Amino acid sequence: MKHVLPDLPYAVDALEPHIDQRTMKLHHDMHHASYVKALNKALEEAPELQSQTAEWLLMNLNEVPEAIRTAVRNNAGGHVNHGMFWRSMDASGGGFPSGPLLAAIDRDFSGYENFKAEFEKAGTKLFGSGWAWLVVDKRGNDKLQILATSGHDNPLSSGYHPLLLNDVWEHAYYLKHENRRPEYLKNWWAITNWPEVEQRYQQFQQQEPAQSSKTPPPKIDADLKQALHETAQEQIHEVMTKREASKLVVKEKSVTSGKSHSVNGKSG
Amino acid sequence: MALTLPELPYGRSDLEPHMSRETLDYHYAKHHKAYVDNGNKLIAGTEFENMDLDDLVKKSSGKIFNNAAQVWNHNFFWNCLTPESKAPSKKLVTALIKQFGGVDDFKKLFTEVALGTFGSGWAWLVLNADGSLAITSTTGAGNPLTDGQKPLLTCDVWEHAYYVDYRNARPTYLEHFWALVNWQFVEKNLG
Repeated sequence: MKHVLPDLPYAVDALEPHIDQRTMKLHHDMHHASYVKALNKALEEAPELQSQTAEWLLMNLNEVPEAIRTAVRNNAGGHVNHGMFWRSMDASGGGFPSGPLLAAIDRDFSGYENFKAEFEKAGTKLFGSGWAWLVVDKRGNDKLQILATSGHDNPLSSGYHPLLLNDVWEHAYYLKHENRRPEYLKNWWAITNWPEVEQRYQQFQQQEPAQSSKTPPPKIDADLKQALHETAQEQIHEVMTKREASKLVVKEKSVTSGKSHSVNGKSG
Repeated sequence: MALTLPELPYGRSDLEPHMSRETLDYHYAKHHKAYVDNGNKLIAGTEFENMDLDDLVKKSSGKIFNNAAQVWNHNFFWNCLTPESKAPSKKLVTALIKQFGGVDDFKKLFTEVALGTFGSGWAWLVLNADGSLAITSTTGAGNPLTDGQKPLLTCDVWEHAYYVDYRNARPTYLEHFWALVNWQFVEKNLG
C-alpha cells in the first residue's frame, strides 16, 4: 500500500485571507507531497511495514528498522500532521468549541481564552520548526494538555491522543506573516474547525472507555518520551540537536555515497 | 559584553540576484536583530552578561544558547557570503582535495548535508582538533564550537533564509549559495 497525498478538504483559496492561496498551494502540493513521497521511498526498505498506516508507524517507531527509523519518523510525521492540519481548518471555522470538549478545556485551562493564550505561547516559544498541539494525556487522567514538538514529531509516538495542531514551520506562514509568528498564531483561530476537533475528542472518549482497561502506551524512544513529557522547548530542542548532529556528521566522502543499510533485506 | 548586530559586509541589495534585498531586510534586520535583542534581554544580570560571544555559545544552554548561538551563526554566515565570489586559493583547494577528493566533491557533499538537514538548521564545514576537515549539520541554533570543532563555512537552511526567494526549493537556494561563497573568508578561518 502506497501512502497517498490526500486532497485538500476545500479549495486552495478557501481560507483566504487567513491562509493565502500561494501558501496553501505550496504547503499542500509541495511540502506535504514531499513527505508522502519520502515516506514511500523509505518504506521500500521495509516491505513488511508497507501495509501499516502512517499513524501506526508513528505509534510503533521501535518496530521500524533502525536504518529507516528517522526517515519514517520525519516523513510519516509530516504526512500525518499535515493531513490532520488541513482538516483542523475550515472556511466556516472560528467561533468556540462546545459540548464535552469545551467543558474539558474549561476544566484543564481555566477557560477558553486562557487555553488560546497558552496554545499561542507554546507555538511562539517553540524554537525552529515544529508544531503546537492540544492533546489528551492518556496517562494523566485524560486531562487535556498543550505540547510543542520539533520537526514533525507527533504526540502519537509518546502515547498522547492529538486533538488539534498548528504548524509553526516557517513555510506555514512566512509568505504572509514573514517573521511574525505570534500574529499568525493569533489569526489562526478565525479558521479553526472546532466541530472536527470535537469529533476527535468524542472518538477518543468512545475508544478509551476506562483508564483501567487501557492498553499500555506504545514503547517509545526514551529521549523523545522525556522531551515530550516535559514539554520544555529547550529540552526538546537539545535532544533533537544532539541526535541530528550525531547522525549527520560526514567525515569521509564515503559516508554519503548513497549506500543504504537494509536491515531486513530486499524482497525478490 | 552586550550582543551587537554587526554591519553587513555589503549592501542589502548586493547579493542579488542570488539573494534578494527583501530576504536580507528580513533575515538580517528582523531575524538576526531579534536574536541580538532577545539575547541581551536574557543575559542581563546573569553570569553570561560579560562573556564574549564564543564563550557564551560554549557555556550557555536553553534560551540563552539559542539566541546567542543564532547571533554567532548569523554573524558568521554573512561573512561567508560576498557579492564578488572568487575561486578558492591553492592552499584551500589542496585541503579540500585531501579531505574530500576535490572542490566539486566537497561542494556536492556539503550540498547533500544541507539538503538532508531536517527542519531548521545549519550546514557547516569545520576543522577538527586533529587537523582534518568535516562536514556537519546542526539543528536549530546548534554550533560546532560546542563539539570542539572550528567552523570554516556555513549555510543557513532555516526556511526564512530562502523562502522569500526560492519557496520550498532548498536545492535551488543551495545552487545560488555557491555563487556567493567568500572562499577567502573560509581560507582565513582555516588559518
